[in-house]
Amino acid sequence: MADEKTGKERPVAGTPSEGAALDTIHKLVDLMEKHGLVEVEVEQADLAVRLRKGGAEVTAAAPASPAPAAPAAPPKAESAPGATINSPMVGTFYASSSPEGEAFVKVGDHVTEETVVCIIEAMKVFNEIRAEMSGTIEKVLVKSAQAVEFGQPLFAVRPD
Amino acid sequence: MFQRILVANRGEIALRVIRACKEMGIGAVAVFSEADRDASYLALADEAICIGPAAPAQSYLNIARIISAAEVADVDAIHPGYGFLAENAHFAEVSRSCNIEFIGPSVEAMRQVGDKVQARNLAKRAKIYVIPGSQTPLESEDEALALAHEIGYPVMVKAAAGGGGRGMRIAHNDISLVQAVRQGRAEAEAAFKDGRVYLEKCVEAARHVEVQIVGDHYGNVVHFWERDCSLQRRHQKLVEESPSPALSRKTREKLCDAAVRMAKEAGYSGAGTVEFLVDRKETFYLLEVNARIQVEHPVTEAVTGVDLVQWQIRVAAGEHLRLRQRDVPQIGHAIECRINAEDCANGFRPCAGPIRKFRVPGGPGVRVDTHCFEGWTITPHYDSMIGKLIVHRPTREAAVATMRRALDEFVVEPIRTTIPLHREIMANPDFLRGNVDTRWVERVWQVGAARG
Repeated sequence: MADEKTGKERPVAGTPSEGAALDTIHKLVDLMEKHGLVEVEVEQADLAVRLRKGGAEVTAAAPASPAPAAPAAPPKAESAPGATINSPMVGTFYASSSPEGEAFVKVGDHVTEETVVCIIEAMKVFNEIRAEMSGTIEKVLVKSAQAVEFGQPLFAVRPD
Repeated sequence: MFQRILVANRGEIALRVIRACKEMGIGAVAVFSEADRDASYLALADEAICIGPAAPAQSYLNIARIISAAEVADVDAIHPGYGFLAENAHFAEVSRSCNIEFIGPSVEAMRQVGDKVQARNLAKRAKIYVIPGSQTPLESEDEALALAHEIGYPVMVKAAAGGGGRGMRIAHNDISLVQAVRQGRAEAEAAFKDGRVYLEKCVEAARHVEVQIVGDHYGNVVHFWERDCSLQRRHQKLVEESPSPALSRKTREKLCDAAVRMAKEAGYSGAGTVEFLVDRKETFYLLEVNARIQVEHPVTEAVTGVDLVQWQIRVAAGEHLRLRQRDVPQIGHAIECRINAEDCANGFRPCAGPIRKFRVPGGPGVRVDTHCFEGWTITPHYDSMIGKLIVHRPTREAAVATMRRALDEFVVEPIRTTIPLHREIMANPDFLRGNVDTRWVERVWQVGAARG
C-alpha cells in the first residue's frame, strides 16, 4: 500500500520479505540522492516500488551556459490546499478585462477549474488566469493595476 | 545615472551588486525563486520580487519573468551578474528594446567575443597569438585528423558555443580524436544547442592568466592588470591571485596591452576579462573573452583599489572612464580561494544541506564575499558556491600566511566544503614556489583527468 504523504510503497508489515524490501527501498533512496533523481520505478519478482521525491522540482544547475528565452506556459503555482488562488507569474493584476468593465469574479461567485478569474499583464501580453480549482470566492486579495509576484495569493477561496 | 537597478541573479553576486547600488544611492530590486525566499540579501534590497519556482528555467534563466519583474518594479537597468543570463545576447537585446539598459557590452560585441571562432578572428586582427588550430568549425572527422597531424598531438576538441571550462575534450591520437569529435558534437548540441566544434593544439604545462578590462561607450578601454587562475580542477577555477607569480614585468605589460587591444577591436564596453594561456617560454595565446563581471573580480579590486561593479554601473549609465592607464596601480598581492559545498575527499561531490555552524574569518587583509549564514540551506538547484575568501597583503608570502590563518578560522558545518583542499594547497611547496599549471591540481591530487 502507498504511504499517503510520500507516495512510497510500503511492504505489508510482518511478511518475510519486509526486511529485504526495506533494504531495496533504502538502496533506491541512496541512489536517488547520489544521482539527483526525482522518480524511480523498480519491479522485482516480489516487489514493485515507485519512489518520487516530494517538493519543488530538482534540476541540476548550469549557471555557465546561456539559455534562449523560454516562452513556455507558466506552471501551476501550488496553492495552499484549496485556500487561495496564487499568481503563476510576475506582472500587473487586473480584475476586469477593461477599465470600465465588470470584474471577472466577485465575492460569493462560484468558480470551476476553467473559470477566468483575472488578467495578469506581463510584457504587454494580457494573460487570462484560470481558477484551476472548484469553489467559492471568499475574498479578493489584490487591487486592479497592482504589481504581483510569482506565488502571490490573489483570491481566497472556499473549496467545494 | 540610473535610479533603480534590477539584479537578475542570486547568491553572493546578487549581494555584491546590491552593495554597489546602495553605495551609489541607486535603488536595488532583487528577484528570487521560491528556493531563495529566505536569502539574507533580499532584506538589503529596496524591493524583492518572487519570479518563479526553484528551477532556473522558470526563474533566473527565464527572460520573460525577469523582464516582467523589471517592468512592474519600474527599473532603468538590469545587472545580470555572472552565469545565468549574463552573456545571453538575446536577453540583452530584449531588455534594451523594453528601454531597460542591460549592464554589459553591446549585443554585437557580446556575440562576437562569445563565439569562440569569431573571437579568434578578432584576436588575429589585434595581433594576438591564437592557439594553433582550425580557423573555422570542423566540417568533418577527416579534416580534424589532417589538422591534428599538422599541429601535433595532443589536441583539444572544443565547442564553439562552450565556455567556463565546458564542452572540451582532449585527444592524444587518431582513435580518441574521432571519438572526441563525435561525442563533442553531440554534447555541444545538447548543452548549448550548437553542435559546432573546432580543434586546438593542447598547450602543455600552461598557466591560465587573464586580464581585467573595462571599456566605456566612447572607445576608451583601461586594464586593471592580470589574475593568475592556473589552479583549476576540470577547468573550474579553485584559486586565483594577482599579480601572477610566473610572469616577468615585460610579459605582464605585453599581456595587459594585448587585452586592451582585443577589447578595442571588439568595440567592447563594460567590464570584461580576456583569458590567455601562457606557456613556459612566456608566449601567450588567447583562450577566450568573458563578457561579464567574473567570480574572481575581488582579487583585482584588492590590488588596484577600484570597485569594478560600480564601474560597470557607471559606464553603462554613459559615464566616461576617467582613469588613465598609468593611474591604475597593482599594489601588494591578493589571493582568492573559492569555497564550494563539495566533498573534496569524495570526487568533489556537491553537498546540499543546511548550514548549522558558520563562522567567517576576519581581521587584517581579509575579505569574505558570501550570501550564506547559519540556518541557510544549500539546495541542489544552483551552483555549490558558499563564498569567496580573499586576502590582500604586501607580499605573496604574507598573503599565503594570512590565507592559511583565515582558512583555519573559517568554519562551515556540517556540510563538506573545499576548505580542507585549500589548506593543503596553501601548504604545498609547488604552490608556494609559484610553480603550478592548469593540470597541477588533478596531477597532485589525482582527482580525475580532464575528459578525453
